[in-house]
Amino acid sequence: MTAITKLPTEIPGFDLISLGGLPQGRSTLLSGTSGSAKTVFACQFLLEGIRQSGQPGVFVTFEETPDAIRANMAGFGWDIARYEADGMWAFVDVSPRFDSPPTIVAGPFDLTALLVRIENAIRHIGAKRVAIDSLGGIFTQLEPDGVVRQELFRVVSSLKPFGVTSVVTAERADDAGTISRYGIEEFVTDNVVILRNTREGEKRRRTIEILKFRGAHHQKGEFPFTVSPEQGIVVIPLSAMELKQKSSHLRVPSGIEELDRMCGGGFYRDSIILLSGATGTGKTLVTTQFIAGGVASGQRSLLFAFEESRDQLFRNASGWGIDFEKMEAEGLLRVVCEYPEVCSLEDHLIQIKKILDEFGPQRVAIDSLSALERVSTVKSFREFAIGLTSYIKDRNVAGLFTATSSSLLGGSSITETHISTLTDSIILLRYVEMYGEMRRGITVLKMRGSSHDKDIREFTIDSNGMHIGKTFRTITGILSGQFTYRGPEEIDRIGELFRDPEEH
Amino acid sequence: MEKYQLKLFVTGGSPRSKRAIENLRRICEEQLQGDYLLEVIDVLQCPQQAEKNHILATPTVIREPPMPTRRIIGDLSDTEQVLSALELQKHPPPPDAS
Repeated sequence: MTAITKLPTEIPGFDLISLGGLPQGRSTLLSGTSGSAKTVFACQFLLEGIRQSGQPGVFVTFEETPDAIRANMAGFGWDIARYEADGMWAFVDVSPRFDSPPTIVAGPFDLTALLVRIENAIRHIGAKRVAIDSLGGIFTQLEPDGVVRQELFRVVSSLKPFGVTSVVTAERADDAGTISRYGIEEFVTDNVVILRNTREGEKRRRTIEILKFRGAHHQKGEFPFTVSPEQGIVVIPLSAMELKQKSSHLRVPSGIEELDRMCGGGFYRDSIILLSGATGTGKTLVTTQFIAGGVASGQRSLLFAFEESRDQLFRNASGWGIDFEKMEAEGLLRVVCEYPEVCSLEDHLIQIKKILDEFGPQRVAIDSLSALERVSTVKSFREFAIGLTSYIKDRNVAGLFTATSSSLLGGSSITETHISTLTDSIILLRYVEMYGEMRRGITVLKMRGSSHDKDIREFTIDSNGMHIGKTFRTITGILSGQFTYRGPEEIDRIGELFRDPEEH
Repeated sequence: MEKYQLKLFVTGGSPRSKRAIENLRRICEEQLQGDYLLEVIDVLQCPQQAEKNHILATPTVIREPPMPTRRIIGDLSDTEQVLSALELQKHPPPPDAS
């Protein structure tokens, strides 16, 4: 017996979660509710076959007319008509005909005509891939009785001798119920893939799950995907990614000398740093200096800003003596400003990856992750954070993410909860109330693989940027926001308590 | 009156195909007394014809003209259905000879 081989679909990300593609020479059921992108998947399966592997494909349509499909897919820049002209794509049109009254049944019949048409199309263009969309669509034309079911089974089985790899779509009534509306799963039982488009809160979330591949391995569970206007379906294979990044001992300057000292000599070259603080504590300043520091040391630096406009950012920077405009003109800097609400988090991730690949930076900053969190569900956000950090680390890029804590004093943000374990370093910025005055404090909470300054130091901001000064010696409870003042004598006394008697 | 044009799509010489051809000929002869055109198409021989006419099931009869197009599937053993679908009036039965 030979093992099942897989046919790479070339649909971005899908071959990773399917461990190589769809089972070759077999049919796979693609089930999903209305609007779950079944038709897009089916079209893309054929299209990528043509574009990436030169494999012709036959599309059997039971629902939309070929004209409608050509028009809809043109939205992704896919020119189906051209592939038809090249003999790489053929439609078998079984869509309902509205120019005539419904078909009348007058005696026993079979679906040999359909079978012959599909076989003819496969032979005619030498198809390697077949998509049938959707099998249940036939029931708008014929009663779902035993004969039709049996005949559909015959149609699907007839594909086998041709050695084609096929996807058969089927509509489900809802995301939680049976696999398909008309029990189509009975016909295609070996391999089942489920597309979901569920609502969480007010947001839609698309996922894809391989339910089973008979006799073959695949990744389990739901993976998020998006339908991008340029690439069609893009699966985000989060847990399929490996923690294989090599860690570097090379240090890069943070852009702030005193902060480098606090971190034990700068940031690691391929580390992810989370910078957390309440609004106005100076996160954008640190980000700006981090980016400017990169450019100053000759590194390509990329800044994604989701909270401020380009104008605001550039003006702020020039207020601290940093000329972003010049840096961008010289080519070492790129600034991307966008509202988080323009698209879903999955789309943001794809766009960020794309820009990372285009620009090829050595350091990247995102200001702020909390702004992105607003447009997503908790689960999507966590997946986004994992996907982003592993992508950045994979490219040996230093990443600085900012998170806004919800309360002015102390506290943490949801962003932190979900990302703190993924980051190598955490830096906190805090307001410190001191004798009727608001001061600012900075501390390095975590620095993976390095010793660092454990003090909470005061910092000030002037026209040259950030200046880190002395430790807040007389205040405790800064992190929690519950300040207590202590006199110098008491601090000395507490220090004495923990002193090793041997030292005397 | 416009002449009836009928296309019958069958699959080779299968018993069901043969029955459909016989049934349709008989009904047309009885109702139209030869005033019709019948084309029998074997989809196994001419899959392009099946494609062009969007044939899903076999046997299928397409009536056009007269418009609108009518489609009937099955072996046409249900005469009543065929008559109503083709909009043919069934002639009254011949008077009893006895």
